[in-house]
Amino acid sequence: MNDMTPVKATTPKDWETDQEVRWCPGCGDYAILKAVQRTMPEIGGTPENTVFISGIGCSSRFPYYMETYGFHTIHGRAPAVATGVKLANPDLDVWIITGDGDALSIGGNHTMHLLRRNLDCQIMLFNNEIYGLTKGQYSPTSRVGTNSPSTPYGSVDRPATPCAFALGSGARFVARGFDVSKNLPEVLKAAHAHRGAAFIEIFQNCIVYNKDVFEDFAAPKGADGHQLWLRNGEPMLFGSEKSGGTKGIALDNVGLTLKVVDVVDGDWQSAGVIVHDVTNRSLAHMLVEMPFGEFPMALGVLYDDPRPTFNDAVIAQNESASAGKAPDLGKLLAKGQTWTVAEGHPET
Amino acid sequence: MRPAYPPIVFLTLQCAANGIRRKGIKVAIKDGLERMATAFKDEQTSGHTPVQSDAVVVRFAGDSGDGMQLTGGQFTLSSALAGNDFATFPDFPAEIRAPIGTLFGVSAFQINFGSSAIDTAGDQPDVLIAMNPAALKTNVGSLREGGLIIADTGEFNQRNLDKAKYTSNPFEDGSLAKWQVLAFDISALTLEAVKPFGMGNKDALRCKNMWTLGLALWMFDRDRQPIIDWLNAKFAKNQILADANIAALNAGHAYGETAELAGPLKQYHVDAAPAPAGLYRTVTGAESISYGLVAGAQLAGLKMFFGGYPITPASAILHHLSRLKEYGITTFQAEDEIAAICSAIGASYAGQLGVTSSSGPGIALKGEAMGLAIMTELPLVIVNSQRGGPSTGLPTKTEQSDLYQAVYGRNGDAPMPVIAARSPVDCFDCAVEAVRIAVEYMTPVMLLTDGYIANAAEPWLVPDLEEYTPFPVEFLESVPEDGFKPYARDHKLKRPWVKPGTPGLLHRIGGIEKEVDTGHINYAPANHQAMTDIRSTKVNNVADSIPDQIVEQGAAGAKLAVVGWGSTYGPIKQAVRRKRAEGVDVVHIHIRHIWPMPKNMAELLKSFDKVIVPEMNTGQLKTILRDQFLVDAQPVNKVSGQPFTIAEIEAAIGSAL
Repeated sequence: MNDMTPVKATTPKDWETDQEVRWCPGCGDYAILKAVQRTMPEIGGTPENTVFISGIGCSSRFPYYMETYGFHTIHGRAPAVATGVKLANPDLDVWIITGDGDALSIGGNHTMHLLRRNLDCQIMLFNNEIYGLTKGQYSPTSRVGTNSPSTPYGSVDRPATPCAFALGSGARFVARGFDVSKNLPEVLKAAHAHRGAAFIEIFQNCIVYNKDVFEDFAAPKGADGHQLWLRNGEPMLFGSEKSGGTKGIALDNVGLTLKVVDVVDGDWQSAGVIVHDVTNRSLAHMLVEMPFGEFPMALGVLYDDPRPTFNDAVIAQNESASAGKAPDLGKLLAKGQTWTVAEGHPET
Repeated sequence: MRPAYPPIVFLTLQCAANGIRRKGIKVAIKDGLERMATAFKDEQTSGHTPVQSDAVVVRFAGDSGDGMQLTGGQFTLSSALAGNDFATFPDFPAEIRAPIGTLFGVSAFQINFGSSAIDTAGDQPDVLIAMNPAALKTNVGSLREGGLIIADTGEFNQRNLDKAKYTSNPFEDGSLAKWQVLAFDISALTLEAVKPFGMGNKDALRCKNMWTLGLALWMFDRDRQPIIDWLNAKFAKNQILADANIAALNAGHAYGETAELAGPLKQYHVDAAPAPAGLYRTVTGAESISYGLVAGAQLAGLKMFFGGYPITPASAILHHLSRLKEYGITTFQAEDEIAAICSAIGASYAGQLGVTSSSGPGIALKGEAMGLAIMTELPLVIVNSQRGGPSTGLPTKTEQSDLYQAVYGRNGDAPMPVIAARSPVDCFDCAVEAVRIAVEYMTPVMLLTDGYIANAAEPWLVPDLEEYTPFPVEFLESVPEDGFKPYARDHKLKRPWVKPGTPGLLHRIGGIEKEVDTGHINYAPANHQAMTDIRSTKVNNVADSIPDQIVEQGAAGAKLAVVGWGSTYGPIKQAVRRKRAEGVDVVHIHIRHIWPMPKNMAELLKSFDKVIVPEMNTGQLKTILRDQFLVDAQPVNKVSGQPFTIAEIEAAIGSAL
């Protein structure tokens, strides 16, 4: 029976489960969950065709709170499980939920290869720069000097930059947002619209073990001077009178680096401000490496330039290799080097 | 049925001197003859003569200038030193130097060596080493079907193909399909090996035969030192030549070792024996498993997803399945062993048959994910082609030392069915059985083979697929009358399998302990007790679906049972057969279903006065039998990377009684 179910628009409520959410009160994960539940109806998602797959960590509890199919897997391995799910059923809309430890430490290998292969899915990396679920050890994205139970004298190793890692791994979509940002649904929509692996780093405030580490750019106060929201085809402008004047990002033609320039009277052209082009990979490399402080935090869609997906390629090859062949296992078994032993005779 | 495993007997030494003309060898033969006397004495003591001739026939063939006779002679020496019986057949052209590359310029040396009396040089080579197209052309016809060709592709250029009157390259036109082919650029590898000695190209290439001999020595696990000594003596006046030849010899040996070519290399000749009528083919364990998995997926009505990562000796399964896409198979070479199993679990979650395969070290890496499959109760087949361990161990040698890992090797109480194949042919039925259990009980299943089984080829009476009972999977597609519970259970304790994409049955699963029925996260003490019990009972219930343990030879109540599993089947069978022929009250039991065991096993084992368990490990099945049945199973162990000999098991039977 193929009864056509009339397409009914969902509401955010339709994406909520009956499970009690168990994150710490005030955790940034709540805001991200809400943003995702708000986004799903807007992208026309259907719960039964959506799968959330996570690893281990605070963020990885996420699937239990989404009224979709969900798989809470093991530490670091969500990309691998997701690969099997998507190859087995490419019609599913696959979302990977992971954290900085899950995706970049124990699961770094899988993250790299998922991006390299370009599996069609969304990867939401909740970056709180700490191991929350294990009570506060420093993580691969923790800043040098982070005091934690395992680094009582401060961490000494340099952190990874998730978006730079993603680009280096061959990602074709790289975006950034943060938990309480009103722009987060817009970033998620862009990620979903991208066919291929869409990597989204979401700065997430761990209020217990790493409180407010992103406040310097995420705090509402002075936000416009600290946040560069990138939009394709628009000049890279930030700041206002209040924050000390409108500024822009320009190219230092001598050093081949980015620089901050003042924009006077809105004349960004003569200041040399760059117009954002999401397909410019070189630019994306510079944006993900832009040091905060000297520069604003680059947010939004940093890079978006689709390429053929892994799942499409696998299925196309499965089909082309199968074309014109009638699978007959009996014949296959009887193929090759065979001989017949006659009744009542020893082997010939 | 013919023995599934070539019987191996204690060696008698009977040096046939034909083909050996060198002074240095005489010493070895003299030494060998002395040892032969000892061997004869042993044989008289043991009171029987070998009934079957088990041997390997190798033919070295190349251009007259390639030094094939020298190579063959040295190989013969190594056979003598290894205690083999042998006979040789040098076959060289009349011309001292026939024109290079021509058909009539081919020189060949054949040796038949084995573990029992050898009377001829062998009718059909099992292995043909062909140094150029002409050598292949003139010799391949006599190679036994399924035999192995080792060829130097460096010589397979258009000029040499023309000289050999090949109209197309035999490696590319499919004309060698009935043999196994290992073709690689021996010329280039030799040049590389002797580079440090600064010889001209022509002289350097003359070391090719020693490179080839090095590979052959590796293939048959021979000592290089006698050949090195001989080279040093031969080129005593030209140390560079000696060193270059030794370097080539070592390089060939190292190539075999590092390229992990053990696969098709060990070829045993087994005499024809009466066999049931029907269509036969040769099959290796890796092929047989691959076909069995395909058959299993068809019987279940599922598409298959195979996640693998290259590892010796398991890669062959990935290779075979990747060519069978038209059977609804997706193969995925993952970034590591963990991703291989996790992707298979993901595919099972999405409604396909997830399969992964590896060998010991890779299986260890998959352990945590097996726990996930157990916890989420998804079907999965894990094939373990065991090799010598621990750690990297002996990648190309066979061993049965992963039984503990299979049965006990996961965190938590993590029961999982385990079955073991006894031979290449048996792999087919075992793979079908693994798939059946996986889907009928919603559980991962481990299928054990070993390096020997995976790579060995044997004749196979092609099965009639109509004779296999289908076990079609029924996915849950709508809400049951009493509501949908992801961990509700049927009478076997199986939970429903729901494909994502199915409306109305949305649910979440994961590795955290589940609440009974609902599958929600639940850490409550009573719930964990209940779920642990359910997982254990469910796997034990598999015993309801498997046949009683049979006794291969003999019956319950004998004085001694020899209980084996896996690839020890051949030597145990032969040893028990011989002992029974002598009137000894001994039986052979071979276990396929290792976890859970057949229901009659306790009663059966307790009917014997004594039980011995020969294994290529330090006593792992022995432990399980003691643990499960409180029987006084006694270990008979061998961990040399080599299979048991029949005589070793006969001796064990003797000392047990």
